[in-house]
Amino acid sequence: MSAANAPERTDALVQVRGLSTELNGKTIFDRLDLDVPRGKITAIMGPSGTGKTTLLRHITGQLMPDAGEIRVDGHNVPTLARGELFDLREKIGYLFQNSALLTDFTVFENVAFPLRQHLKLPEEILRNIVLTKLQAVGLRGAAELMPSELSGGMARRVALARAIVRDPMLILYDEPFVGLDPIALNQILKLIRTLNDTLGITSILVAHEFAAVGRAADHVYLIAGGKVAAQGTPAELARGESDWTRQFFGGEADGPVPFQYPARDYAADLGFPPSGRTERAR
Amino acid sequence: MSATRPRPSRIGDALAQVGACGLFLFQLIGAIPKSLRHIKETIRQVWFVGAMSLVIIMTCGLFVGMVLGLQLYDVLSRFGSAAMSGTVVALALYRELGPVVTALLFAGRAGTSITAEIGLMRATDQLAAMEMMAVDPLAYVATPRFLAGIVAMPLLVCVFNALAILGAHVVCVTWLGLDNGTFWSNMTTNVDVWTDVVNGVWKSAAFGAVVALIAVFQGYTTPPTSEGVAYATTRTVVFSSIAVLALDFVMTAFLT
Repeated sequence: MSAANAPERTDALVQVRGLSTELNGKTIFDRLDLDVPRGKITAIMGPSGTGKTTLLRHITGQLMPDAGEIRVDGHNVPTLARGELFDLREKIGYLFQNSALLTDFTVFENVAFPLRQHLKLPEEILRNIVLTKLQAVGLRGAAELMPSELSGGMARRVALARAIVRDPMLILYDEPFVGLDPIALNQILKLIRTLNDTLGITSILVAHEFAAVGRAADHVYLIAGGKVAAQGTPAELARGESDWTRQFFGGEADGPVPFQYPARDYAADLGFPPSGRTERAR
Repeated sequence: MSATRPRPSRIGDALAQVGACGLFLFQLIGAIPKSLRHIKETIRQVWFVGAMSLVIIMTCGLFVGMVLGLQLYDVLSRFGSAAMSGTVVALALYRELGPVVTALLFAGRAGTSITAEIGLMRATDQLAAMEMMAVDPLAYVATPRFLAGIVAMPLLVCVFNALAILGAHVVCVTWLGLDNGTFWSNMTTNVDVWTDVVNGVWKSAAFGAVVALIAVFQGYTTPPTSEGVAYATTRTVVFSSIAVLALDFVMTAFLT
Protein backbone atom coordinates (compact mmCIF):
# COMPACT_ATOMS: atom_id res chain seq x y z
CA MET A 1 0.00 0.00 0.00
CA SER A 2 1.51 3.34 -1.04
CA ALA A 3 2.02 6.17 1.45
CA ALA A 4 -0.69 8.22 -0.27
CA ASN A 5 -3.15 5.42 0.39
CA ALA A 6 -2.12 4.83 4.00
CA PRO A 7 -5.29 4.25 6.01
CA GLU A 8 -6.46 6.91 8.44
CA ARG A 9 -8.64 5.47 11.18
CA THR A 10 -11.57 7.67 12.06
CA ASP A 11 -14.99 7.13 13.64
CA ALA A 12 -16.48 7.08 10.18
CA LEU A 13 -15.83 3.89 8.23
CA VAL A 14 -16.83 5.63 5.01
CA GLN A 15 -16.11 9.29 4.42
CA VAL A 16 -17.20 11.06 1.26
CA ARG A 17 -15.82 14.54 0.64
CA GLY A 18 -16.56 16.83 -2.30
CA LEU A 19 -17.82 14.00 -4.52
CA SER A 20 -18.73 15.24 -7.97
CA THR A 21 -19.94 12.96 -10.73
CA GLU A 22 -21.43 13.60 -14.13
CA LEU A 23 -22.89 10.73 -16.16
CA ASN A 24 -24.12 11.15 -19.75
CA GLY A 25 -24.06 14.93 -19.35
CA LYS A 26 -26.20 14.84 -16.19
CA THR A 27 -24.84 15.98 -12.85
CA ILE A 28 -25.35 13.14 -10.36
CA PHE A 29 -23.34 14.48 -7.43
CA ASP A 30 -22.32 18.07 -6.84
CA ARG A 31 -19.66 18.23 -4.10
CA LEU A 32 -21.45 15.67 -1.93
CA ASP A 33 -20.24 15.14 1.65
CA LEU A 34 -21.35 12.37 3.96
CA ASP A 35 -20.05 10.10 6.73
CA VAL A 36 -21.00 6.52 7.56
CA PRO A 37 -20.17 5.81 11.22
CA ARG A 38 -18.59 2.49 12.19
CA GLY A 39 -20.92 -0.19 13.52
CA LYS A 40 -24.08 1.68 12.54
CA ILE A 41 -26.71 1.21 9.88
CA THR A 42 -26.86 4.22 7.60
CA ALA A 43 -29.67 4.48 5.10
CA ILE A 44 -29.36 6.36 1.82
CA MET A 45 -32.71 7.46 0.49
CA GLY A 46 -33.82 9.70 -2.31
CA PRO A 47 -35.91 9.95 -5.46
CA SER A 48 -35.33 7.47 -8.29
CA GLY A 49 -32.34 8.37 -10.44
CA THR A 50 -30.78 10.49 -7.75
CA GLY A 51 -27.58 8.40 -7.69
CA LYS A 52 -27.99 6.08 -4.69
CA THR A 53 -26.67 3.02 -6.52
CA THR A 54 -24.00 5.21 -8.17
CA LEU A 55 -22.85 6.23 -4.69
CA LEU A 56 -22.47 2.56 -3.71
CA ARG A 57 -20.49 1.96 -6.92
CA HIS A 58 -18.21 4.87 -6.00
CA ILE A 59 -17.68 3.51 -2.50
CA THR A 60 -16.68 0.11 -3.88
CA GLY A 61 -14.49 1.50 -6.65
CA GLN A 62 -16.67 0.19 -9.49
CA LEU A 63 -17.02 3.72 -10.78
CA MET A 64 -14.49 6.56 -10.60
CA PRO A 65 -15.76 10.02 -9.62
CA ASP A 66 -14.93 13.18 -11.56
CA ALA A 67 -13.69 14.78 -8.35
CA GLY A 68 -13.67 14.21 -4.61
CA GLU A 69 -12.45 11.79 -2.02
CA ILE A 70 -14.07 8.54 -0.91
CA ARG A 71 -12.36 6.99 2.07
CA VAL A 72 -13.28 3.46 3.19
CA ASP A 73 -11.55 2.37 6.38
CA GLY A 74 -9.06 5.16 5.71
CA HIS A 75 -8.22 4.12 2.12
CA ASN A 76 -8.94 6.67 -0.59
CA VAL A 77 -10.79 4.36 -3.01
CA PRO A 78 -10.32 6.28 -6.31
CA THR A 79 -6.53 6.20 -5.90
CA LEU A 80 -6.22 2.50 -5.05
CA ALA A 81 -4.44 0.16 -7.47
CA ARG A 82 -6.47 -2.85 -8.67
CA GLY A 83 -4.78 -5.26 -6.25
CA GLU A 84 -5.35 -2.89 -3.31
CA LEU A 85 -8.96 -2.42 -4.35
CA PHE A 86 -9.47 -6.20 -4.41
CA ASP A 87 -7.91 -6.46 -0.94
CA LEU A 88 -10.40 -3.87 0.30
CA ARG A 89 -13.33 -5.57 -1.44
CA GLU A 90 -12.56 -8.79 0.39
CA LYS A 91 -13.77 -6.94 3.49
CA ILE A 92 -16.94 -5.63 1.85
CA GLY A 93 -20.20 -7.44 1.18
CA TYR A 94 -22.44 -6.13 -1.59
CA LEU A 95 -26.05 -7.03 -2.22
CA PHE A 96 -26.93 -6.21 -5.82
CA GLN A 97 -30.31 -4.79 -6.79
CA ASN A 98 -30.90 -7.74 -9.16
CA SER A 99 -29.20 -10.33 -6.89
CA ALA A 100 -26.54 -11.13 -9.58
CA LEU A 101 -26.35 -14.83 -8.65
CA LEU A 102 -24.03 -16.96 -10.78
CA THR A 103 -26.49 -18.87 -12.94
CA ASP A 104 -24.22 -21.90 -13.51
CA PHE A 105 -24.00 -22.68 -9.80
CA THR A 106 -26.45 -24.01 -7.23
CA VAL A 107 -27.58 -21.87 -4.32
CA PHE A 108 -25.00 -23.62 -2.11
CA GLU A 109 -22.16 -23.01 -4.57
CA ASN A 110 -23.18 -19.37 -5.00
CA VAL A 111 -22.86 -18.76 -1.28
CA ALA A 112 -19.68 -20.85 -1.10
CA PHE A 113 -18.09 -19.00 -4.06
CA PRO A 114 -16.27 -16.23 -2.11
CA LEU A 115 -14.99 -18.80 0.42
CA ARG A 116 -13.71 -21.16 -2.28
CA GLN A 117 -11.98 -18.33 -4.12
CA HIS A 118 -10.16 -16.79 -1.17
CA LEU A 119 -9.87 -19.36 1.61
CA LYS A 120 -8.61 -22.92 1.61
CA LEU A 121 -11.16 -24.25 4.08
CA PRO A 122 -11.80 -27.96 4.70
CA GLU A 123 -14.98 -28.96 2.89
CA GLU A 124 -16.80 -29.78 6.14
CA ILE A 125 -16.14 -26.34 7.65
CA LEU A 126 -17.06 -24.60 4.40
CA ARG A 127 -20.29 -26.58 4.27
CA ASN A 128 -21.19 -25.62 7.83
CA ILE A 129 -20.52 -21.93 7.20
CA VAL A 130 -22.62 -21.92 4.04
CA LEU A 131 -25.50 -23.80 5.67
CA THR A 132 -25.39 -21.43 8.67
CA LYS A 133 -25.73 -18.41 6.39
CA LEU A 134 -28.49 -20.08 4.36
CA GLN A 135 -30.30 -20.93 7.60
CA ALA A 136 -30.06 -17.25 8.60
CA VAL A 137 -31.91 -16.22 5.43
CA GLY A 138 -34.33 -19.15 5.69
CA LEU A 139 -33.13 -21.02 2.62
CA ARG A 140 -31.07 -23.95 3.95
CA GLY A 141 -33.58 -26.27 2.32
CA ALA A 142 -33.01 -24.60 -1.05
CA ALA A 143 -29.25 -25.25 -1.06
CA GLU A 144 -29.36 -27.58 -4.06
CA LEU A 145 -31.68 -25.47 -6.21
CA MET A 146 -30.44 -23.55 -9.23
CA PRO A 147 -30.95 -19.75 -9.37
CA SER A 148 -33.46 -20.22 -12.20
CA GLU A 149 -35.68 -22.18 -9.77
CA LEU A 150 -35.86 -19.32 -7.25
CA SER A 151 -38.38 -16.49 -6.99
CA GLY A 152 -37.06 -12.91 -7.01
CA GLY A 153 -37.35 -12.65 -3.23
CA MET A 154 -35.57 -15.98 -2.68
CA ALA A 155 -32.76 -14.97 -5.04
CA ARG A 156 -32.33 -11.76 -3.05
CA ARG A 157 -32.04 -13.75 0.18
CA VAL A 158 -29.44 -16.06 -1.38
CA ALA A 159 -27.52 -12.98 -2.54
CA LEU A 160 -27.71 -11.65 1.01
CA ALA A 161 -26.32 -14.94 2.37
CA ARG A 162 -23.46 -14.65 -0.14
CA ALA A 163 -22.81 -11.02 0.85
CA ILE A 164 -22.45 -11.92 4.54
CA VAL A 165 -20.69 -15.27 4.15
CA ARG A 166 -17.26 -13.82 4.98
CA ASP A 167 -18.51 -11.63 7.84
CA PRO A 168 -17.37 -8.40 6.15
CA MET A 169 -16.62 -5.14 7.98
CA LEU A 170 -18.98 -3.24 5.66
CA ILE A 171 -22.11 -4.42 3.88
CA LEU A 172 -23.80 -2.42 1.15
CA TYR A 173 -27.44 -3.30 0.58
CA ASP A 174 -28.85 -2.03 -2.71
CA GLU A 175 -32.65 -2.19 -2.45
CA PRO A 176 -32.74 -5.30 -0.20
CA PHE A 177 -36.49 -5.19 0.44
CA VAL A 178 -37.77 -5.25 -3.15
CA GLY A 179 -39.83 -8.36 -3.90
CA LEU A 180 -39.86 -9.68 -0.33
CA ASP A 181 -43.08 -10.85 1.28
CA PRO A 182 -43.83 -9.42 4.76
CA ILE A 183 -42.43 -12.51 6.53
CA ALA A 184 -39.15 -12.49 4.59
CA LEU A 185 -38.91 -8.69 4.90
CA ASN A 186 -39.28 -8.89 8.67
CA GLN A 187 -36.65 -11.64 8.94
CA ILE A 188 -34.21 -9.77 6.69
CA LEU A 189 -34.70 -6.60 8.74
CA LYS A 190 -33.95 -8.57 11.90
CA LEU A 191 -30.92 -10.16 10.24
CA ILE A 192 -29.50 -6.79 9.16
CA ARG A 193 -30.00 -5.45 12.69
CA THR A 194 -28.53 -8.60 14.31
CA LEU A 195 -25.45 -8.59 12.09
CA ASN A 196 -24.94 -5.01 13.02
CA ASP A 197 -25.44 -5.45 16.75
CA THR A 198 -23.61 -8.75 17.27
CA LEU A 199 -20.69 -8.51 14.84
CA GLY A 200 -20.33 -4.74 14.77
CA ILE A 201 -20.69 -4.70 11.00
CA THR A 202 -21.24 -1.32 9.39
CA SER A 203 -24.11 -1.23 6.93
CA ILE A 204 -25.19 1.10 4.18
CA LEU A 205 -28.76 0.57 3.17
CA VAL A 206 -30.21 1.96 -0.04
CA ALA A 207 -33.98 1.63 0.06
CA HIS A 208 -37.24 3.39 -0.67
CA GLU A 209 -39.38 1.73 2.03
CA PHE A 210 -39.27 4.29 4.84
CA ALA A 211 -41.24 2.09 7.25
CA ALA A 212 -38.63 -0.67 6.91
CA VAL A 213 -35.72 1.76 6.96
CA GLY A 214 -37.15 3.39 10.08
CA ARG A 215 -36.98 0.04 11.91
CA ALA A 216 -33.42 -0.77 10.89
CA ALA A 217 -31.42 2.40 10.30
CA ASP A 218 -29.60 4.48 12.88
CA HIS A 219 -29.10 7.40 10.53
CA VAL A 220 -30.69 8.43 7.24
CA TYR A 221 -29.35 10.60 4.43
CA LEU A 222 -31.84 11.97 1.95
CA ILE A 223 -30.02 12.73 -1.30
CA ALA A 224 -31.55 14.95 -3.96
CA GLY A 225 -30.16 17.32 -6.55
CA GLY A 226 -26.67 15.89 -6.17
CA LYS A 227 -26.37 16.90 -2.52
CA VAL A 228 -27.53 15.78 0.93
CA ALA A 229 -30.97 17.38 1.14
CA ALA A 230 -31.65 16.21 4.70
CA GLN A 231 -30.19 13.90 7.30
CA GLY A 232 -30.94 12.66 10.78
CA THR A 233 -32.44 9.75 12.63
CA PRO A 234 -35.52 8.15 11.03
CA ALA A 235 -37.68 9.79 13.69
CA GLU A 236 -36.25 13.25 12.93
CA LEU A 237 -36.81 12.85 9.20
CA ALA A 238 -40.30 11.46 9.70
CA ARG A 239 -41.30 14.78 11.28
CA GLY A 240 -40.84 16.31 7.81
CA GLU A 241 -39.42 19.66 8.88
CA SER A 242 -38.01 20.56 5.46
CA ASP A 243 -39.64 20.76 2.04
CA TRP A 244 -37.51 17.79 0.90
CA THR A 245 -38.54 15.44 3.69
CA ARG A 246 -42.17 16.60 3.58
CA GLN A 247 -42.41 15.84 -0.14
CA PHE A 248 -40.36 12.63 -0.14
CA PHE A 249 -41.87 10.94 2.88
CA GLY A 250 -45.34 12.36 2.17
CA GLY A 251 -45.15 11.03 -1.41
CA GLU A 252 -46.31 14.38 -2.87
CA ALA A 253 -45.94 15.27 -6.55
CA ASP A 254 -45.36 18.97 -5.80
CA GLY A 255 -42.20 20.01 -4.04
CA PRO A 256 -38.51 20.51 -4.63
CA VAL A 257 -38.25 17.17 -6.47
CA PRO A 258 -40.01 17.41 -9.86
CA PHE A 259 -42.26 14.43 -10.63
CA GLN A 260 -42.12 15.13 -14.37
CA TYR A 261 -38.99 14.53 -16.43
CA PRO A 262 -37.90 17.79 -18.11
CA ALA A 263 -40.06 18.28 -21.22
CA ARG A 264 -41.32 21.02 -23.55
CA ASP A 265 -44.71 22.67 -23.14
CA TYR A 266 -47.40 20.02 -22.51
CA ALA A 267 -50.16 21.82 -24.48
CA ALA A 268 -47.83 22.38 -27.44
CA ASP A 269 -46.87 18.70 -27.34
CA LEU A 270 -50.57 17.79 -27.66
CA GLY A 271 -51.04 20.24 -30.56
CA PHE A 272 -52.84 23.01 -28.62
CA PRO A 273 -51.76 26.67 -28.30
CA PRO A 274 -48.77 26.87 -25.93
CA SER A 275 -49.65 27.46 -22.30
CA GLY A 276 -46.20 28.81 -21.54
CA ARG A 277 -45.52 26.00 -19.04
CA THR A 278 -42.52 23.73 -19.38
CA GLU A 279 -41.46 20.89 -17.13
CA ARG A 280 -38.01 21.51 -15.83
CA ALA A 281 -35.62 19.84 -13.47
CA ARG A 282 -34.77 21.78 -10.35
CA MET B 1 -29.22 24.03 -30.48
CA SER B 2 -27.17 20.99 -31.11
CA ALA B 3 -23.42 21.01 -30.86
CA THR B 4 -21.52 20.08 -34.00
CA ARG B 5 -20.12 16.60 -33.46
CA PRO B 6 -17.77 14.81 -35.80
CA ARG B 7 -19.56 12.08 -37.77
CA PRO B 8 -18.44 8.65 -36.64
CA SER B 9 -16.32 7.00 -39.27
CA ARG B 10 -16.98 3.32 -39.96
CA ILE B 11 -13.34 2.69 -40.82
CA GLY B 12 -12.26 4.56 -37.69
CA ASP B 13 -14.68 2.53 -35.56
CA ALA B 14 -13.47 -0.72 -37.10
CA LEU B 15 -9.82 0.19 -36.47
CA ALA B 16 -10.68 1.19 -32.90
CA GLN B 17 -12.34 -2.23 -32.41
CA VAL B 18 -9.28 -4.02 -33.76
CA GLY B 19 -7.04 -1.94 -31.46
CA ALA B 20 -9.28 -2.61 -28.45
CA CYS B 21 -9.30 -6.34 -29.28
CA GLY B 22 -5.49 -6.30 -29.48
CA LEU B 23 -5.24 -4.63 -26.06
CA PHE B 24 -7.75 -7.14 -24.71
CA LEU B 25 -5.49 -9.95 -25.95
CA PHE B 26 -2.62 -8.54 -23.88
CA GLN B 27 -4.92 -8.36 -20.84
CA LEU B 28 -5.92 -12.00 -21.39
CA ILE B 29 -2.30 -13.09 -21.68
CA GLY B 30 -1.48 -11.09 -18.55
CA ALA B 31 -4.30 -12.83 -16.69
CA ILE B 32 -3.12 -16.35 -17.61
CA PRO B 33 -0.98 -16.87 -14.45
CA LYS B 34 -3.92 -15.85 -12.25
CA SER B 35 -6.34 -17.98 -14.26
CA LEU B 36 -4.20 -21.08 -13.66
CA ARG B 37 -5.53 -20.93 -10.10
CA HIS B 38 -8.91 -21.67 -11.66
CA ILE B 39 -7.59 -24.61 -13.68
CA LYS B 40 -10.81 -26.57 -13.04
CA GLU B 41 -12.75 -23.79 -14.74
CA THR B 42 -10.44 -24.02 -17.78
CA ILE B 43 -10.95 -27.80 -17.94
CA ARG B 44 -14.72 -27.28 -17.63
CA GLN B 45 -14.56 -24.84 -20.54
CA VAL B 46 -12.51 -27.27 -22.67
CA TRP B 47 -15.29 -29.76 -22.06
CA PHE B 48 -17.96 -27.18 -22.82
CA VAL B 49 -16.50 -25.77 -26.05
CA GLY B 50 -14.78 -29.01 -27.13
CA ALA B 51 -16.83 -32.04 -26.18
CA MET B 52 -20.11 -30.23 -26.70
CA SER B 53 -19.06 -29.36 -30.28
CA LEU B 54 -18.20 -32.97 -31.12
CA VAL B 55 -21.52 -33.95 -32.68
CA ILE B 56 -21.53 -31.13 -35.25
CA ILE B 57 -17.80 -31.56 -35.96
CA MET B 58 -18.12 -35.34 -36.47
CA THR B 59 -21.21 -35.07 -38.64
CA CYS B 60 -19.78 -32.32 -40.83
CA GLY B 61 -16.39 -34.09 -41.03
CA LEU B 62 -18.02 -37.28 -42.28
CA PHE B 63 -19.98 -35.49 -45.00
CA VAL B 64 -17.07 -33.27 -46.07
CA GLY B 65 -14.90 -36.40 -46.46
CA MET B 66 -17.60 -38.21 -48.44
CA VAL B 67 -18.04 -35.24 -50.81
CA LEU B 68 -14.28 -34.87 -51.21
CA GLY B 69 -13.92 -38.60 -51.94
CA LEU B 70 -16.70 -38.50 -54.50
CA GLN B 71 -15.39 -35.40 -56.30
CA LEU B 72 -11.72 -36.35 -56.28
CA TYR B 73 -12.31 -39.96 -57.35
CA ASP B 74 -14.33 -38.67 -60.30
CA VAL B 75 -11.77 -36.02 -61.35
CA LEU B 76 -8.67 -38.16 -60.77
CA SER B 77 -10.22 -41.10 -62.69
CA ARG B 78 -10.16 -38.90 -65.81
CA PHE B 79 -6.36 -38.75 -65.50
CA GLY B 80 -5.96 -42.38 -64.51
CA SER B 81 -4.97 -41.39 -60.99
CA ALA B 82 -7.96 -42.61 -58.97
CA ALA B 83 -5.50 -44.51 -56.74
CA MET B 84 -4.32 -41.13 -55.40
CA SER B 85 -7.81 -40.19 -54.15
CA GLY B 86 -7.04 -41.03 -50.52
CA THR B 87 -3.79 -39.09 -50.63
CA VAL B 88 -5.34 -35.94 -52.08
CA VAL B 89 -8.25 -36.09 -49.62
CA ALA B 90 -5.81 -36.41 -46.72
CA LEU B 91 -3.55 -33.59 -47.94
CA ALA B 92 -6.49 -31.24 -48.52
CA LEU B 93 -7.88 -32.04 -45.07
CA TYR B 94 -4.65 -31.85 -43.07
CA ARG B 95 -3.34 -28.72 -44.75
CA GLU B 96 -6.48 -26.63 -45.32
CA LEU B 97 -9.97 -27.96 -45.05
CA GLY B 98 -9.71 -29.58 -41.63
CA PRO B 99 -8.53 -26.48 -39.72
CA VAL B 100 -10.58 -23.97 -41.73
CA VAL B 101 -13.93 -25.79 -41.78
CA THR B 102 -13.56 -26.81 -38.12
CA ALA B 103 -12.77 -23.19 -37.18
CA LEU B 104 -15.84 -21.91 -39.01
CA LEU B 105 -18.02 -24.55 -37.31
CA PHE B 106 -16.34 -23.79 -33.99
CA ALA B 107 -17.14 -20.08 -34.40
CA GLY B 108 -20.79 -20.93 -35.06
CA ARG B 109 -21.17 -23.48 -32.27
CA ALA B 110 -18.79 -22.52 -29.45
CA GLY B 111 -17.94 -18.88 -30.32
CA THR B 112 -21.54 -17.74 -30.26
CA SER B 113 -22.26 -19.53 -26.99
CA ILE B 114 -19.17 -17.97 -25.36
CA THR B 115 -20.24 -14.48 -26.49
CA ALA B 116 -23.85 -14.94 -25.42
CA GLU B 117 -22.87 -16.42 -22.05
CA ILE B 118 -20.40 -13.67 -21.15
CA GLY B 119 -22.70 -10.98 -22.55
CA LEU B 120 -25.57 -12.21 -20.38
CA MET B 121 -23.25 -12.41 -17.38
CA ARG B 122 -22.46 -8.73 -17.96
CA ALA B 123 -26.13 -7.82 -18.48
CA THR B 124 -27.16 -9.56 -15.23
CA ASP B 125 -24.32 -8.05 -13.16
CA GLN B 126 -22.62 -11.43 -12.62
CA LEU B 127 -19.27 -10.02 -13.73
CA ALA B 128 -19.76 -7.01 -11.43
CA ALA B 129 -20.65 -9.41 -8.59
CA MET B 130 -17.37 -11.28 -9.14
CA GLU B 131 -15.48 -7.97 -9.07
CA MET B 132 -17.20 -7.17 -5.79
CA MET B 133 -16.17 -10.56 -4.37
CA ALA B 134 -12.56 -9.64 -5.30
CA VAL B 135 -12.53 -12.26 -8.05
CA ASP B 136 -11.11 -10.98 -11.33
CA PRO B 137 -13.62 -11.90 -14.07
CA LEU B 138 -10.87 -11.59 -16.65
CA ALA B 139 -8.99 -14.43 -14.94
CA TYR B 140 -12.05 -16.46 -13.92
CA VAL B 141 -14.36 -16.04 -16.92
CA ALA B 142 -12.51 -14.69 -19.97
CA THR B 143 -9.08 -16.35 -19.88
CA PRO B 144 -10.32 -19.94 -19.25
CA ARG B 145 -12.57 -19.67 -22.32
CA PHE B 146 -9.71 -18.24 -24.37
CA LEU B 147 -7.37 -21.07 -23.32
CA ALA B 148 -10.12 -23.62 -23.89
CA GLY B 149 -10.42 -22.45 -27.50
CA ILE B 150 -6.69 -22.93 -28.06
CA VAL B 151 -6.73 -26.41 -26.50
CA ALA B 152 -10.00 -27.64 -27.98
CA MET B 153 -9.54 -26.59 -31.61
CA PRO B 154 -6.58 -28.91 -32.49
CA LEU B 155 -8.41 -31.81 -30.84
CA LEU B 156 -11.56 -31.05 -32.78
CA VAL B 157 -9.57 -30.78 -36.02
CA CYS B 158 -8.09 -34.24 -35.38
CA VAL B 159 -11.59 -35.65 -34.91
CA PHE B 160 -12.84 -33.78 -37.99
CA ASN B 161 -9.97 -35.10 -40.14
CA ALA B 162 -10.39 -38.66 -38.88
CA LEU B 163 -14.10 -38.67 -39.66
CA ALA B 164 -13.54 -37.01 -43.03
CA ILE B 165 -10.97 -39.65 -44.06
CA LEU B 166 -13.37 -42.34 -42.87
CA GLY B 167 -16.07 -40.73 -45.05
CA ALA B 168 -13.73 -40.63 -48.05
CA HIS B 169 -12.81 -44.30 -47.42
CA VAL B 170 -16.47 -45.30 -47.34
CA VAL B 171 -17.10 -43.57 -50.68
CA CYS B 172 -13.85 -44.47 -52.50
CA VAL B 173 -13.31 -48.02 -51.23
CA THR B 174 -16.69 -49.36 -50.14
CA TRP B 175 -18.84 -47.61 -52.72
CA LEU B 176 -16.65 -46.88 -55.78
CA GLY B 177 -14.40 -49.96 -55.48
CA LEU B 178 -10.92 -48.47 -54.96
CA ASP B 179 -8.51 -51.01 -53.46
CA ASN B 180 -8.31 -50.69 -49.68
CA GLY B 181 -4.52 -51.24 -49.54
CA THR B 182 -3.93 -48.68 -52.30
CA PHE B 183 -6.07 -46.10 -50.47
CA TRP B 184 -4.11 -46.38 -47.22
CA SER B 185 -0.59 -47.06 -48.57
CA ASN B 186 -0.61 -44.08 -50.97
CA MET B 187 -1.85 -41.88 -48.16
CA THR B 188 0.80 -42.98 -45.63
CA THR B 189 3.55 -42.69 -48.24
CA ASN B 190 2.71 -39.20 -49.48
CA VAL B 191 1.49 -37.43 -46.34
CA ASP B 192 4.35 -35.96 -44.28
CA VAL B 193 3.76 -35.73 -40.55
CA TRP B 194 5.72 -32.50 -40.05
CA THR B 195 4.87 -30.45 -43.12
CA ASP B 196 1.28 -31.59 -43.51
CA VAL B 197 -0.13 -32.83 -40.20
CA VAL B 198 1.79 -30.67 -37.71
CA ASN B 199 1.35 -27.49 -39.77
CA GLY B 200 -2.37 -28.17 -39.73
CA VAL B 201 -2.26 -28.50 -35.95
CA TRP B 202 -0.45 -25.14 -35.63
CA LYS B 203 -3.04 -23.56 -37.84
CA SER B 204 -5.90 -25.02 -35.84
CA ALA B 205 -4.43 -23.76 -32.55
CA ALA B 206 -4.05 -20.28 -34.07
CA PHE B 207 -7.62 -20.38 -35.39
CA GLY B 208 -8.85 -21.52 -31.97
CA ALA B 209 -7.07 -18.56 -30.37
CA VAL B 210 -8.52 -16.08 -32.87
CA VAL B 211 -12.10 -17.38 -32.63
CA ALA B 212 -11.98 -17.59 -28.83
CA LEU B 213 -10.42 -14.10 -28.57
CA ILE B 214 -13.12 -12.54 -30.76
CA ALA B 215 -15.89 -14.44 -28.94
CA VAL B 216 -14.66 -13.48 -25.47
CA PHE B 217 -13.96 -9.86 -26.49
CA GLN B 218 -17.41 -9.42 -28.02
CA GLY B 219 -19.10 -10.88 -24.95
CA TYR B 220 -16.97 -8.94 -22.49
CA THR B 221 -17.50 -5.57 -24.15
CA THR B 222 -21.11 -5.92 -25.23
CA PRO B 223 -23.63 -3.29 -24.09
CA PRO B 224 -25.63 -4.92 -21.25
CA THR B 225 -28.88 -5.16 -23.19
CA SER B 226 -30.59 -7.99 -25.07
CA GLU B 227 -30.04 -6.11 -28.34
CA GLY B 228 -26.35 -5.65 -27.47
CA VAL B 229 -25.91 -9.38 -26.80
CA ALA B 230 -27.68 -10.25 -30.07
CA TYR B 231 -25.40 -7.95 -32.10
CA ALA B 232 -22.31 -9.21 -30.29
CA THR B 233 -23.21 -12.81 -31.11
CA THR B 234 -23.64 -11.96 -34.79
CA ARG B 235 -20.36 -10.03 -34.83
CA THR B 236 -18.57 -13.05 -33.36
CA VAL B 237 -19.55 -15.24 -36.32
CA VAL B 238 -18.86 -12.58 -38.95
CA PHE B 239 -15.53 -11.35 -37.57
CA SER B 240 -14.32 -14.87 -36.71
CA SER B 241 -15.05 -16.15 -40.21
CA ILE B 242 -13.22 -13.25 -41.87
CA ALA B 243 -10.31 -13.48 -39.43
CA VAL B 244 -9.93 -17.26 -39.89
CA LEU B 245 -9.89 -17.05 -43.69
CA ALA B 246 -7.47 -14.09 -43.70
CA LEU B 247 -5.18 -15.74 -41.14
CA ASP B 248 -5.32 -18.98 -43.14
CA PHE B 249 -3.86 -17.19 -46.17
CA VAL B 250 -1.11 -15.58 -44.10
CA MET B 251 -0.18 -18.81 -42.31
CA THR B 252 -0.28 -20.84 -45.52
CA ALA B 253 2.07 -18.32 -47.15
CA PHE B 254 4.53 -18.71 -44.27
CA LEU B 255 4.19 -22.44 -43.64
CA THR B 256 4.45 -23.73 -47.22
